[in-house]
Amino acid sequence: MSKITYREALNQAMCEEMARDERVFLMGEEVAEYNGAYKVSQGMLEKFGPKRVIDTPITELGFAGLGVGAAMAGLRPIIEFMTWNFAILALDQIVNAAAKMKYMSAGQYSVPMVFRGAGGSAARVGSQHSQSLENWLANVPGLKVVMPSNPADAKGLLKAAIRDNDTVCFIENEINYGDIGEVPDEEYIIPLGKADIKRAGSDVTIVAHSRMTGFALQAAEELARQGIQAEIIDPRTIKPLDENTILTSVAKTNRCVVAEEGWRFAGIGAEISARIMEKGFDHLDAPVARVTGKDVPMAYAANLERMTLPSVADIVEAARVVCHRA
Amino acid sequence: MSAKQSKTSKAAPGLTHEGRDYSAETLHAMHDSMLFIRRFEEKAGQLYGLKKIGGFCHLCNGQEAVCVGVEHAAQPTDYMMTGYRDHGHILARGADPTAIMAELLGRAGGIVKGKGGSMHMFDSNLNFAGGNGIVGEQVPIGLGFGFASRYRDDGRVTLCFMGDGAINQGAVYESLNMASLWKLPVVFVVENNQYAMGTSLSRASAETHLFKRGISFKVPGMHIDGMDVLEVERKMSEAIEHARSGEGPIIVEAITYRYRGHSMSDPATYRSRQEVDEWRTGRDPIARLQVQMIEAGLATEADFKDKDRDIKKQVAEIAKAAEDMPEPDAAEIWTDVYTDPIEGAYPYPGQVG
Ligand SMILES: Cc1ncc(C[n+]2csc(CCOP(=O)(O)OP(=O)(O)O)c2C)c(N)n1
Ligand SMILES: [Mg+2]
Repeated sequence: MSKITYREALNQAMCEEMARDERVFLMGEEVAEYNGAYKVSQGMLEKFGPKRVIDTPITELGFAGLGVGAAMAGLRPIIEFMTWNFAILALDQIVNAAAKMKYMSAGQYSVPMVFRGAGGSAARVGSQHSQSLENWLANVPGLKVVMPSNPADAKGLLKAAIRDNDTVCFIENEINYGDIGEVPDEEYIIPLGKADIKRAGSDVTIVAHSRMTGFALQAAEELARQGIQAEIIDPRTIKPLDENTILTSVAKTNRCVVAEEGWRFAGIGAEISARIMEKGFDHLDAPVARVTGKDVPMAYAANLERMTLPSVADIVEAARVVCHRA
Repeated sequence: MSAKQSKTSKAAPGLTHEGRDYSAETLHAMHDSMLFIRRFEEKAGQLYGLKKIGGFCHLCNGQEAVCVGVEHAAQPTDYMMTGYRDHGHILARGADPTAIMAELLGRAGGIVKGKGGSMHMFDSNLNFAGGNGIVGEQVPIGLGFGFASRYRDDGRVTLCFMGDGAINQGAVYESLNMASLWKLPVVFVVENNQYAMGTSLSRASAETHLFKRGISFKVPGMHIDGMDVLEVERKMSEAIEHARSGEGPIIVEAITYRYRGHSMSDPATYRSRQEVDEWRTGRDPIARLQVQMIEAGLATEADFKDKDRDIKKQVAEIAKAAEDMPEPDAAEIWTDVYTDPIEGAYPYPGQVG
């Protein structure tokens, strides 16, 4: 095991896969000479040269489409969005081209590629730079959506995403880039579609992804002090969702909280609660509680920003409610 | 038969046009291909009228010289993609016309198993990469095919079609810029049929000389008569050579005209009958090639009449064969969504709720 940052883990994943497969290339704004806006691609230009690490003009729609075409022609593009906020300009190529090409062509063409970059709220950057859009992407058949919450998952999942034969939207979290964690030294892959139980517990299941996994783990410590043992499940892959791990946990705890940074309406929590209602209804001793970002654009002021996002205290409170301890 | 006829030149005497020699065989092949597309589209129109073809159906009558001329200038390994007015292009490439007709009819034997329809035709064996319903969608995708060719140094050229309406999309300029910056082997073929649905070129475009649209990206352009298959073949050969030799992208604006409405539901009241007649009778690409071939002594009017009768009969047989095919199996609804589906992770049939 080595202790490395989340950004280094992502870098290692890309470097290992590029060394292994000549078809893989990295393209995006500032990825090469600048070493990445968030330094995720540090040193990659030097390692792989300008043919495989390519700076683009600021044209998200255009280079997203380039990735789609290159993947259809047999390459394995990694297209970096400086942040997922800017991928909104490229949504047409992601939704109408990448996601549908295989179906429209009845399997003649597939689009094996990764769209990746920072998602979620950053800190004090206002509403256009702080939002979680994973539910938009996860809604689209043909896409896979992956969101790692720690360095080890980031590396193993990104390697799986690059090797996957479908289009993967890989959403990192800007706040987590500097997080340090233990990462195995030997090569490993974390298969897509497998949730991870980050903490075992018997009283309440808390499902949380990306930055919220860390919040949920902190909430679990506070809950333990109050005599409530929380089981923390990180789905890691939003689509396809590993519902079995969630349902098995709920069958044991009979209570569930879903925490997400994104907006409440039709969010990931809505999907997970619906599945628990459909398939685990008889196991529930309380309605599933959702902890989400407030349904408003993100404000700049520190206090407003804090209030807009879910907090550790919100998760603790929700867990107490479902445990009838509030 | 398919719309694509052999293009190998035999020594048989043909004709010389603008300094370029065409064998009799090549000329017949181009002619038959254009006529086949024309009759195929007419049949599709008829079947649409009978409600056997549904949804949006965009015919290319009048624009056949562009499809056929480009194909004759290209190599089979060159990539091609276009928008939704795609029957002519894929037929010119040599795809199985029965599979194309079956696709229009939504049958299991369709070229994409009934999953695409009129606007989403694909034939990966012939390097035909779609068939797109979003105006301009194929332009960045074409850029990506060009990028892949540069990456692998495979010598292929990408032929990326778009309309006079599509060229106003922002994605086109993003693509022209990157194609030029990285000298990608892409020929952007603009089929300027002078209308985008009901909007005439001058109502939508501040610069109506579309071949100039690459100027600020240093992408050269040329302007050709899209109603003259020999000119299309000759100028496209130059453009393809430019792209293949590493000079980078080029725009070819082919001036053409669609005889029918934008789609089957468009009565085309935004243009005069006189205007349509001027193009149909005065500049028709098939009639024009017939006159040239008759003058060169390569065929008679009677030969062309016979040929037309044959093609109509073939198209009728193709339509019949396609109509006789079954609809896709219900299980097809779940296939081709993912290459690597994750077992049990999706609500597949029998696993819902
Ligand atoms: C992004 C988008 N906007 C609008 C439409 C509706 N639409 C379909 S075809 C068309 C006109 C396009 O004209 P042009 O590019 O000249 O091609 P043509 O139909 O003449 O071949 C429009 C507006 C669409 N399909 N996609
Ligand atoms: Mg047009």
